[in-house]
Amino acid sequence: MSTTLNPSKSFNTGRWVVWSLFTLVLAVAPVIFDSNLSITMLAQMGIAIIACLSYNILLGQGGMLSFGHAVYTGLGSYMAIHALNAVSDGHLPLPVSLIPLVGGLAGLFFAVLFGYVTTKKAGTTFAMITLGMAELVFAMSLMFTAFFGGEAGISGNRVVGDPFLGISYGPAKQVYYLIAFYTLVCVALMFAFTRTPLGRILNAVRDNPERVEFIGYNTQKVRYLAFMIAGFFAGIAGGLATLNFEIVTAEVVGAARSGGYLLFTFLGGATFFFGPIIGGVLMVLAFVLFSEFTKAWLLYLGLIFVLMVMYAPGGIASLIMMNVRVAAYGRLRELLGSYLGLLSTGLVMLLGFSALIEMGYHLQLNSAMGDTLSYLGITLNTREASSWLGVLAVAGVGLGLFEWARRGFAEKWARVQGGIEKIIKQRETR
Amino acid sequence: MEFFIISMLNGVSYGLLLFMMSAGLTLIFSMMGVINFAHASFYMLGAYVGYSLTDLVGFWPALILAPLVVGGLGALFELLSLRKVHKFGHVPELLVTFGLSFIILELVQLIWGRAAVAFLPPDVLRGPAFTLVSQSGQPLQFFLGAVAREICTGAGVICSPFPATRTFMMLLALLMLFSLWLLLTRTRIGLVIQAALTHPETVESLGHNVPRVFMLVFAAGTGLAGLAGVIGGSTFVTEPNMALALGSIIFVVVVVGGMGSLPGAFLASLLIGIIQTFAVGIDQSLLTLMQALGLQLSEAMLNNAVLKLTVSQVAPILPYLFLVLILIFRPRGLLGAREG
Repeated sequence: MSTTLNPSKSFNTGRWVVWSLFTLVLAVAPVIFDSNLSITMLAQMGIAIIACLSYNILLGQGGMLSFGHAVYTGLGSYMAIHALNAVSDGHLPLPVSLIPLVGGLAGLFFAVLFGYVTTKKAGTTFAMITLGMAELVFAMSLMFTAFFGGEAGISGNRVVGDPFLGISYGPAKQVYYLIAFYTLVCVALMFAFTRTPLGRILNAVRDNPERVEFIGYNTQKVRYLAFMIAGFFAGIAGGLATLNFEIVTAEVVGAARSGGYLLFTFLGGATFFFGPIIGGVLMVLAFVLFSEFTKAWLLYLGLIFVLMVMYAPGGIASLIMMNVRVAAYGRLRELLGSYLGLLSTGLVMLLGFSALIEMGYHLQLNSAMGDTLSYLGITLNTREASSWLGVLAVAGVGLGLFEWARRGFAEKWARVQGGIEKIIKQRETR
Repeated sequence: MEFFIISMLNGVSYGLLLFMMSAGLTLIFSMMGVINFAHASFYMLGAYVGYSLTDLVGFWPALILAPLVVGGLGALFELLSLRKVHKFGHVPELLVTFGLSFIILELVQLIWGRAAVAFLPPDVLRGPAFTLVSQSGQPLQFFLGAVAREICTGAGVICSPFPATRTFMMLLALLMLFSLWLLLTRTRIGLVIQAALTHPETVESLGHNVPRVFMLVFAAGTGLAGLAGVIGGSTFVTEPNMALALGSIIFVVVVVGGMGSLPGAFLASLLIGIIQTFAVGIDQSLLTLMQALGLQLSEAMLNNAVLKLTVSQVAPILPYLFLVLILIFRPRGLLGAREG
């Protein structure tokens, strides 16, 4: 389930195409989006992709719901910045390109240390323990100011040593390519991990731990090993973040960061290998761009997340793969009309509800700046009943229409899926 | 002496507040196998709803109405969302409550703003419930209510008042504990709940509506959190951060007590409440301990960051250290029934 490709021969060409495309995207992205903002965003996306993929080793492949993944990325960041400062002071002869590996080793070390306790249990208890660990580390970060730098954090300078082949890591673009290289290698390694015997038995531990014990494996040990590997890659992501931002503050080990990894890995899709890649990209888009658009972005995020868990627990990746399957059987055309209906009614609903939310936030936060706000070119007055009623009417009508469209779609979807299942069965019997 | 008594009472009252929360959490967990991540958010909701209702109808009606409102919202959430996710397994259930905690936090900030609100207890509960007066050379004296100022200003006299809200908190928690125990062991619905914990299929085949029992338990659990919220919010401070501050502690409580064990949760709540309260009050560090023992310390040791930490500085991480120790030495928790 965790991999999208079959190990049959004909698919290997497909795999080469996918990996070459991925490399190409990493290489040309900063050429197409070449503003300063987009290059920093691309660099952050690379980091987020590694972090989310490493998180998915736990969540998607091992069924371990961790609320403390930021501990490993964050401590990786801290060790990396200390290593970087040691390099600047001339104590440590290490090229800057290898600093992320220091972060990775730190992540591995702390995963070995903390993982021994956390992986003793699986399921809900595991989740609670990781939460406790995260709180522990975060509280410590405020206690030991020498290591964690207190409120101000610790800053460094990545431009140290003589430039190697003209690479000084001064310009953001050079850092981006370093991050892109690490991203490519880490993604490849993590994909390779899913194909190893350990990766396979990890899936078995997720699905049926009892049976795995019957065939002679120690599930605790499997979880522990997977936890270490996830910690290593998380640390690399943290080390890259250090090079990218050149400052590390206590919030990198905070609960909000851990929650972000969980949220976006799940939104991207934990059941497919490429899901967290989508999640990582979305994470950066949401944190950097979406939070600029609206103050209520966390509310939207929470709502999207809950709806996703309820209706598409496989995340965006599973939605894509389901439609790819429908398309492979040539039945996507039947659904296009319904999709159009869903989209248009959904937009009306979204318009109504988001206007409601925005008006509420305006009333609460910006009422000193006047009663009116401009929302998508429409002027709304938060003190007038007509605005509220109008927006409510749009939201209500949108909701009704959307529910109607959704029912129609659900019916059609079930019919199409039934048809596909029938074809598959016929093929099997033949 | 009076430091010990007052700290002990403070610890017990805080522990009982923790138990009010963890009782609901444990009940929901043992019933549905899901840890309600948004439990502390319902606590916060209780505080805010209580604050608004106090303005409308007064504190005492609000104390009853707010938990009902919060419990109703909890039931609604169970009905509309949690029930649908149940078929996907426990991890999505946990995730959906995790998402809910985001939504509640944002909605609370949307409705009541980002700053703390002034949620004050009624006049009866303001001021001390009793005061301990210690005078050098005399036994400890006990006065109900506040003490006249003249007594306390005397030389060598220390007055230690104990707030009435905390007394009320203790009384209410004990009352709740007792009625919960009565409900679970002595009433018909309690027996159905207990049976549905272990044998849901059998209970269903006997004609009971198990999903509705689940919904009731969820409503009761969140209602208890709401009740704790009204009391906690008026005793401490009502602000959007209150859920985060308490949330992780109550998860520690349920794990330390043993997942799904109500007596375990009780024991762990009290233990953690007392440990934390005492730790906050102790201003000693390893350094002062070593100096008291008469050890000669080098300059480097005097500046050691770890040795310089006082117990009160370490207080926030004590519950988590406790959690780690418990997991190493007794993985099933204090009173946990079985390995799971």
